[in-house]
Amino acid sequence: MEPININHYLLLSAILFCIGVAGVLFRRNAIIIFMCIELMLNSVNLLLTAFSNQHNDASGQVFVIFIMAVAAAEVAVGLAILVMIYRNVKSTDIDVLNKLKW
Amino acid sequence: MSQYAFYILSALSVMSALFTVFSKKPVYSVLYLIFFFFTLFGHYILLNAQFLAAVHLIVYAGAIMVLFLFVIMMLNLNKEIEPNKNIVSKFAAVISSGLLLIVIVSVLKHADVEVSKLNQHTDIGLVESIGHVLYNEYMLPFEMVSILLLTALIGAVMLGKKEIK
Repeated sequence: MEPININHYLLLSAILFCIGVAGVLFRRNAIIIFMCIELMLNSVNLLLTAFSNQHNDASGQVFVIFIMAVAAAEVAVGLAILVMIYRNVKSTDIDVLNKLKW
Repeated sequence: MSQYAFYILSALSVMSALFTVFSKKPVYSVLYLIFFFFTLFGHYILLNAQFLAAVHLIVYAGAIMVLFLFVIMMLNLNKEIEPNKNIVSKFAAVISSGLLLIVIVSVLKHADVEVSKLNQHTDIGLVESIGHVLYNEYMLPFEMVSILLLTALIGAVMLGKKEIK
């Protein structure tokens, strides 16, 4: 079995990112779309950490911390918006929210 | 030894990500997502990023997942709301993300990535070195992130209020 190198992490992150993209396109529930965005952010975090390990440079891990902060802010505001939407239309199905479509 | 751990963790994380996307009820999705975060915790430990692993567990499994679960439980959203999705859009979603995966992998195959062994014994993941970089080179972005968090806090409170006059 060959030793683990950066290619393995590249492939794993690509797969996880594409699963996240598939979820955003596939699901119609806004909460699950948020979760898929978290999946994508986390795949990028993993790749940044792997590169930081390979280059022996802590900057990559600092960026991961920034991404985590941005993700936390995004989830807080996004879920607040979702609660507002639910109060108004009694659903989180994004197909209901088509007032701005055309 | 670490290779086996990597392969097992990778399989678990891909499986739990797939279950997150494809499980019917939102609460099951959240639980699989928590499991996914735990597998990523294992990946960070394998990459010798101990501080990041701890922060990941605290922020994601501790804070973000609690937010998700609270919203689902308080709004009573645990029912399937996508009864009659048309099959074409499902199919298009899976096909297009599969094509994206093919594009990314084929681009990365021809990219000139310098392949060397990962550092097994490194101390860049410890609090000391990360803090050194964070407070020397990235001081301004760090302050900006604090402002961003404050803004998000105020925004969430404002949006969550019952009536905005």
